[in-house]
Amino acid sequence: MITVTHYLMLSAILFAIGTLGVLTRKNAIVVFMCIEVMLNAVNLTFIALSRHVGNLDGQIFVFFVMTVAAAEAAVGLALLIAFYRNKETLDVDDFNMLKW
Amino acid sequence: MEILFFYLVAGVAIVSAFFVVKCRNPINSALNLVTTFICLAVFYVMLESPFMAAIQIIVYAGAIMVLIIFVIMLLNFGQTIKGRYTHGIAAGGLVSVLLMLVATQLVRSGDATGTGGPVTSAMIAEVGHTELIGRALFLDFVLPFEIAGVLLLIAIVGALIIAKQKV
Repeated sequence: MITVTHYLMLSAILFAIGTLGVLTRKNAIVVFMCIEVMLNAVNLTFIALSRHVGNLDGQIFVFFVMTVAAAEAAVGLALLIAFYRNKETLDVDDFNMLKW
Repeated sequence: MEILFFYLVAGVAIVSAFFVVKCRNPINSALNLVTTFICLAVFYVMLESPFMAAIQIIVYAGAIMVLIIFVIMLLNFGQTIKGRYTHGIAAGGLVSVLLMLVATQLVRSGDATGTGGPVTSAMIAEVGHTELIGRALFLDFVLPFEIAGVLLLIAIVGALIIAKQKV
């Protein structure tokens, strides 16, 4: 019998893996993909708990998370392209134009 | 049988999520990310949310991943490693392992409670998941839905302006 705890544990593990990628990788696109993994882990939590309490509000929230993720993908990748045009690199260590 | 299937798909999801982090080539990371998304769609089906599974496949594994792979291939950067940074990896690994321990401990420390809401398996089978989502979206959540539309419009315009001109 699969309980809601199984899904929550899986979601916690996926979120931790996403955090690992965000903290350790240097390629900005890979960091971006790891953020998507974290977003999906949270979506899984939302849907599992939504089914558990028998209420659809969590799934509506997942719908909006997906909308925001799509907008984020468009704007974020446009920023990466603009950055690559200027600096010829996507290493996050070189993202220091706002630093003084 | 069902629990066995759960562990199988969960294992695939965790391993492919780990390879998203580990792979040197961003294209391999992207392909592993698609695998993770599809595993999550399987979980959504197991949670009786087929509409969510469908938009997970269409929006995430379809649209967003095509955008990411398009950008990877457009920029065509090499896999340059400018130097080892083992202390950074060690610190990041430590933080994420700590986060995982805290989160799993938090989940395990108690049972999820909650009252039985109106949406049961029988109701989903009878009315249909898409219709339930549609009703909730267009009756209770109309304003957030409209705002999401405006957000997408602004994102399109913003992405065009950012990617078009020299910064």
